[in-house]
Amino acid sequence: MILTSEHLIIVPILAPFIVGVLLLFVEDSRRRFKAGVSIFTAATLLFVSIELLKISHADGGRVIVYLLGDWPSPFAINLVLDRLSAMMLVLTSVLAIPSLIFSLGRWQKAGLHFNALFMFLLMGLNGAFLTGDLFNLFVFFEVMLAASYGLALHGSGMLRVKAGLHYIAINLTASLLFLIGVSLIYGVTGTLNMADLAIRIPQIIEDNRILLETGIAILGVAFLIKAGMWPLGFWLPTTYTSASAPVAAIFAIMSKVGIYILLRLSLLFYGEEQDGLDGFGSQLLLYGGLITIIFGSIGVLASQSLGRLAGYSVLVSSGTLLAATGLTQIDITASALFYLVSSTLTISAFFMLIELVEKGQNAFTSVLAVTMEAFGESEEEEEDEEIVGVAIPGAIAILGISFAACSILLAGLPPLSGFIAKFAILTAIINPEGLGQGGTISSTSWWFIALLILSGLSALIALVRAGIRTFWAPITALVPRVLLTEIVPVILLLLMALVLTIQAGPIMGFMEATAVSLHNPSAYIEGVLEAPQATSWQAEQDK
Amino acid sequence: MELILSLGIGVLVGSGTWLLFRPRTYQVIIGLALLSYAINLFIFSMGRLTVNAPPVIQPGTEIDPAAFADPIPQALVLTAIVIGFATTALFLVVLLATRGLTGTDHVDGKEDDR
Repeated sequence: MILTSEHLIIVPILAPFIVGVLLLFVEDSRRRFKAGVSIFTAATLLFVSIELLKISHADGGRVIVYLLGDWPSPFAINLVLDRLSAMMLVLTSVLAIPSLIFSLGRWQKAGLHFNALFMFLLMGLNGAFLTGDLFNLFVFFEVMLAASYGLALHGSGMLRVKAGLHYIAINLTASLLFLIGVSLIYGVTGTLNMADLAIRIPQIIEDNRILLETGIAILGVAFLIKAGMWPLGFWLPTTYTSASAPVAAIFAIMSKVGIYILLRLSLLFYGEEQDGLDGFGSQLLLYGGLITIIFGSIGVLASQSLGRLAGYSVLVSSGTLLAATGLTQIDITASALFYLVSSTLTISAFFMLIELVEKGQNAFTSVLAVTMEAFGESEEEEEDEEIVGVAIPGAIAILGISFAACSILLAGLPPLSGFIAKFAILTAIINPEGLGQGGTISSTSWWFIALLILSGLSALIALVRAGIRTFWAPITALVPRVLLTEIVPVILLLLMALVLTIQAGPIMGFMEATAVSLHNPSAYIEGVLEAPQATSWQAEQDK
Repeated sequence: MELILSLGIGVLVGSGTWLLFRPRTYQVIIGLALLSYAINLFIFSMGRLTVNAPPVIQPGTEIDPAAFADPIPQALVLTAIVIGFATTALFLVVLLATRGLTGTDHVDGKEDDR
C-alpha cells in the first residue's frame, strides 16, 4: 500500500480535527505554544490545499474521489475533490493563517480554547467543501456551526452573548430545516450521494416530483439562511459585528459556504438535464440576491460604526453572488467565483482593520452604536469616535493606506481586484452570447447591473465618510497602538488581493475552467460513480 | 399507524413552532426541543413504516427488500439525535449566560416597552 496523493484529500479534515482535540489537553496558559501549533497546522493546510488544487487542475480538470472505508460507490461515504472544492479549501486556509496571527495580539487571551475551536471550525469548513454526500454535509455543517457558536461567544460580554443567542437559535432552526430537506430527498430518491441524486432526479415519477421539489426548496432555505439572503439574513450583521475581530475574519468565509453549496447543488441537479426541474429556484435566487444587495447597500449607508458597515458588506457580497448564481450562465459563474475570492479576502481584512482602527475605544461604544441604530439617535456618536493610545510613528499611515485599499476593494474601484471582479461580472451580463456576439439582455439583468454599480457607490460613500471621520477629522490626532502581529495579517490579506489583481489573467482562466466543469456536471457524476476502490489488498488476499 | 405518526409529528411541529416565536428564552429552547423530536420522527418515517422487519440483512441468503426495514434513516436519526442533543445543551448554556448578564429571560435581553 502506498500513501499516494489520494490520501491528501482527507488531510484537510483530519489534521485540524486531531490538532484541535490535542489542543484541548494543553493548558490554556501555554498560549504561545498553542498558537504556534495552530498556525503551523493552518500553514500545512495551505500547503496541502495548494497541492490538491494542482492535482484537481491537472489534465484539464480531474475529479478525485476518496471512498471512506472502501465501500463501492455510490454506497460509500465519499469525499470529492474538484476545482471548486480545492479552490474553497485554499481560500479557507489563506484566511485562517492571518486570523490566527491576529489573535496572538489580544483575542487569544480573551477566553478559553480559542485555538481548539478554531481548528474545529476549519475541520467543519473543509469537510463541507469536500463531502459528496448530503447527510455528511449536514454533519460537517454542524461541526462548523458548533465551533462557530463557541467562537462567536469568544470574549464574552453582554453584546456577544445576546447576539450569540439569536445566532444559535436561528442556526438551530436552519439545521432542522436542513434535516427535513435531506430526509424528504432521501424519502423520494432513496439516496443521499450528490452524484447519484443528479442521476436519479430526472427519473423521478411525476407524482413524487412535488415532494422532491419541496425537499429541495426546504434544503435551499437552510443554505439561504447561512448565506444571509433577504429576508433570512437579519441575524448576520449583528453576529458578525459583535464577534471578535479574528473570528469575524474567518466568519467571512462561513456565509460563502451556503453559496458554495447552492452553486454546487443547483448546477449538479439541474445543470445539464434541463428537462429535470427546469431552472427550478433560479429566479428566486436572482430576485432574492437583488433584494439582498439593496438591503445590504442601505445597511452600509445607514451604519454608524465600522463594524456594522462590514457586516452589511457581507450581505452585499452574498447578494451579488446569489444573483449571479441565479443567472446560471457560464461566464457569469466564472466571474462570480472571482468575486467570491476577492470579496472574501477583502471583508476578512476589513474586519481585522476595523479592530485596529477602533482600538482604544470604549467597549461600550460598539454597544452604543447598535442601540443607537435601534433607537435612531445619531448625534452623540461623534465624541466617542476618537482614538486613544500610544503613538507609533507611521502606524496611522499604514492603517490609512490599508483602509483606503479596503475601500477601493469593497467599492470595486480600479485598480484592485474588486474592480476586476465586478467588471468581469458586468461584461458577462452584457454579453450573454459571448464577447461581441450581442444577444438580448433581460430587464432583470439590467437591474442587476444597476444594483451592482449602485452597491459599489454606496460602499464608497459610506467608507469615505467613515475614513474622513477616522483619519482626517480628529483634531487631536491620537494614534492607536498597533502591534506588529496585528497589522501583518491585514497587510497579508491585502497583498493576496494584490496578487489576485496582478495574476487576474491566469486566475480568471482557472475560474472559467471551474465554471465550465460546474455547468457540465457529467464529469463529476461519472467521476464519483465510477470511482475505483482501493481493492489492491483484496486482490492480494484472493491469491 | 400512518395517521398517528403524522398527527404526532404535526402536533409537535405546531407546538414547537409556536413556542419558538415566544419572547422567553425558556420557551424558545423547549420549542427547539419539540421541533427536533418532530424532525427525528419525520426522518424515521422517511424510511417507510414497517413493523417487525429487521434492518440488517443476513449474508448469503436470498434478499427480498420488502421484508426489511430501511436502515439508513435509522442511522441518520441517531446522528441527528446526538447532534441535536449537543447543540441544545450548548444553547442552554448560552441561555443561562444571557440570563446572568442581562437579568432577564427575554430573548432580546430587555423587556418589551409597554
